[in-house]
Amino acid sequence: MKTKTLMGAMVIAGAALSTVPVLAADPATNLLSAMCSGCHGTDGSSRGPTIPSIAGMNAEYFVDSMKAFRDGTRAATVMTRIAKGYTDQEIEAMAQYFAAQKLVRFPQSFDPKLAERGKRLHENYCEKCHEDGGMKSDEAGVLAGQMMPYLRFSLDDFLQGRREIDKKMKAKVDDLLAAEGKEGLEAVVHFYGSQHDK
Amino acid sequence: MERISRRGFIKAAGSTALVGMLGAPYLALGATKKVVVVGGGPGGATAAKYLRRLDPGIEVTLIEPKKEYYTCFFSNEVIGGGRTLETLRFTYDGLKKHGVQVVHDTVTGIDGGAGTVTTAGGQRFAFDRCIVAPGIDFKWGAIEGYDEKASETLPHAWKAGEQTMLLRRQLESMADGGTVIIVAPPSPYRCPPGPYERASLIAHYLKTHKPKSKILILDPKDGFSKRPLFEAGWKKHYPGMIEWVSGQKGGKAEAVDVAARVVRTEMDQFKGDVINVIPPQTAGRIALAAGLADDKGWCPNDPATFESTLVPKVHVIGDASIAGAMPKSAYAANSQAKVCAMAVVALLSGKQPPTPSYFNTCYSMIAPDHAVTIVGVYRLQDGRISEVPGSGGITPVDASEEMLRREMAYAQSWFNNITDDIFG
Ligand SMILES: Cc1cc2nc3c(=O)[nH]c(=O)nc-3n(C[C@H](O)[C@H](O)[C@H](O)COP(=O)(O)OP(=O)(O)OC[C@H]3O[C@@H](n4cnc5c(N)ncnc54)[C@H](O)[C@@H]3O)c2cc1C
Ligand code: HEC
Ligand code: HEC
Repeated sequence: MKTKTLMGAMVIAGAALSTVPVLAADPATNLLSAMCSGCHGTDGSSRGPTIPSIAGMNAEYFVDSMKAFRDGTRAATVMTRIAKGYTDQEIEAMAQYFAAQKLVRFPQSFDPKLAERGKRLHENYCEKCHEDGGMKSDEAGVLAGQMMPYLRFSLDDFLQGRREIDKKMKAKVDDLLAAEGKEGLEAVVHFYGSQHDK
Repeated sequence: MERISRRGFIKAAGSTALVGMLGAPYLALGATKKVVVVGGGPGGATAAKYLRRLDPGIEVTLIEPKKEYYTCFFSNEVIGGGRTLETLRFTYDGLKKHGVQVVHDTVTGIDGGAGTVTTAGGQRFAFDRCIVAPGIDFKWGAIEGYDEKASETLPHAWKAGEQTMLLRRQLESMADGGTVIIVAPPSPYRCPPGPYERASLIAHYLKTHKPKSKILILDPKDGFSKRPLFEAGWKKHYPGMIEWVSGQKGGKAEAVDVAARVVRTEMDQFKGDVINVIPPQTAGRIALAAGLADDKGWCPNDPATFESTLVPKVHVIGDASIAGAMPKSAYAANSQAKVCAMAVVALLSGKQPPTPSYFNTCYSMIAPDHAVTIVGVYRLQDGRISEVPGSGGITPVDASEEMLRREMAYAQSWFNNITDDIFG
């Protein structure tokens, strides 16, 4: 992918700059973001078992998600009501904050056999966009270590039309379902849930 | 793929803001600054932890009599039989790891002028700033016949622990066909939806085990938090089981007869087999004793910093504080604690406190697969904590069963994450 090298360069530039204190998130943004941790976990890493982690999330995906919640184009329990409380500028500032937080993946219970099968299926159907076994957050949130019930809700929302799905992803999910059935998709969820730090 | 590159770009830019919370450019200079925190509930414990996270150079002492804290949040589930009390127990070991000095004692005096706190155990602590979060106390006697002694027979269960279990045991030993009376408190009080969540979860227990029983809520108010959602849930899961008597309809309890298990209102008498009296409330007693409360018993403050308007250098957060549009909840206390901690760190180094923002969520469980929420996003407007117009509010009344199920699933995560943010 062409963008990869470009991104790599950006990350290096970013790392070099990160020693300049001026770039530290400002206290008001820290405070704004700290208001979310009661649900999403301290600094955005959720202890689970359900509410998703938002630490280490690609900033653009974060912004898109918050705006979709705010517009009501993405189904949600609470985030629709929450996102309406923030301006574009505040959402962008929080996006930077959470993108810079290191995601801590807390352990979840999963079926190792299913996870093994899911790993293979992920490589065949999902890796292209959710790279490094879903560790990378480019297209979406980090899938590796994401809360399993949340992943099921998201997949269900895509399939039921409650949330707009990328056309190419839809094709892949349909292929997977046709070839492996619902259990195949569940296996991929177990694969993501099997990845943890501690 | 145009989208990837767009997202990739921002991600890269984002990685420059690495320092996050810990990088707040406020470090207290000069001699070690001392902050004393009074009370180790959601308010006090969060404040102590975040002070240390923001500036490890500050000496933080937390004074709390109890070695173990039982959360009120989710205690209604214990009362309904859906969880054990043990799952609500937290210790202060996590705070100690952040370098908070935890002292188990009861604060008896706070002197803002001298900058000292004194305790029942005869200890004395000096402070540059003090943060007070003692929660609530009850107005014993406001309902005739209901004093602390009476609560050993007719539990309030509005502070978690032994009281929670007392109410649970009484429900367990009640015969089928019995009447449970919940005496709801007047506003303001801790956890506005709490009495109605309690009625729901007791109803769930009764429906499963003692289906001929009834629940009567005697209320001095004419409305309550999330009312349309509770009423819809009651109709769906517990038809005919829960009766709510509003203030207008004579629901205000005037007196209780403990021995006879009778609640007297202006016009009527109600006999209950189990009676749960949630009395009128004030800020925790120490706040009143220290001159931090107004004549109504709650603590006025500058909402940008939560510094008392009555006693300088002393801040009041959590249930004890007056906080504009915010309800008295654990989420609110946790949110206020962060605003206050940031402000205190700034003030200690002679800086301007950051622009504040505040937040609240309360999950209420109605049945095992049915929960609802209220959300509040707040900013400071004309010196008052006010909701951002058009945001927040309650779960839509027409929410699908799928969404109500999810709210229940998410509630569990809220509990795990907020308790970790407070005590972890
Ligand atoms: C049934 C019920 C359900 C609830 N459910 C929810 C919910 O779902 N979500 C939610 O957000 N909130 C909920 N709440 C509300 C929540 O429990 C309170 O708002 C929260 O505990 C307030 O925190 P606080 O730190 O202000 O006070 P507290 O939690 O009361 O803590 C105060 C601490 O100060 C200590 N203290 C008091 N006096 C002194 C003294 N003199 N010296 C030293 N220490 C002292 C006390 O021992 C105590 O540990 C619920 C409450 C109830 C009763
Ligand atoms: C009451 C709990 C709660 C609070 C508080 C909360 N969230 Fe959420 N968040 C959720 C839940 C639950 C979801 C899943 C969508 C839904 O049902 O609302 C979610 C989803 C998200 C997502 C999408 C995640 C993904 O992988 O696509 C983002 C981004 C997000 N929240 C950001 C925030 C931010 C920023 C804040 C603070 C301003 C916040 N949330 C506060 C509960 C919460
Ligand atoms: C062609 C690229 C592509 C492929 C292939 C792909 N996805 Fe996605 N995926 C996306 C995009 C783009 C999003 C973000 C959608 C949005 O913005 O809401 C996404 C989002 C998701 C989410 C929601 C994440 C969240 O945080 O809510 C899940 C779960 C997911 N994908 C799973 C899968 C699985 C499983 C596969 C393989 C079967 C797969 N995807 C294949 C592009 C893809």
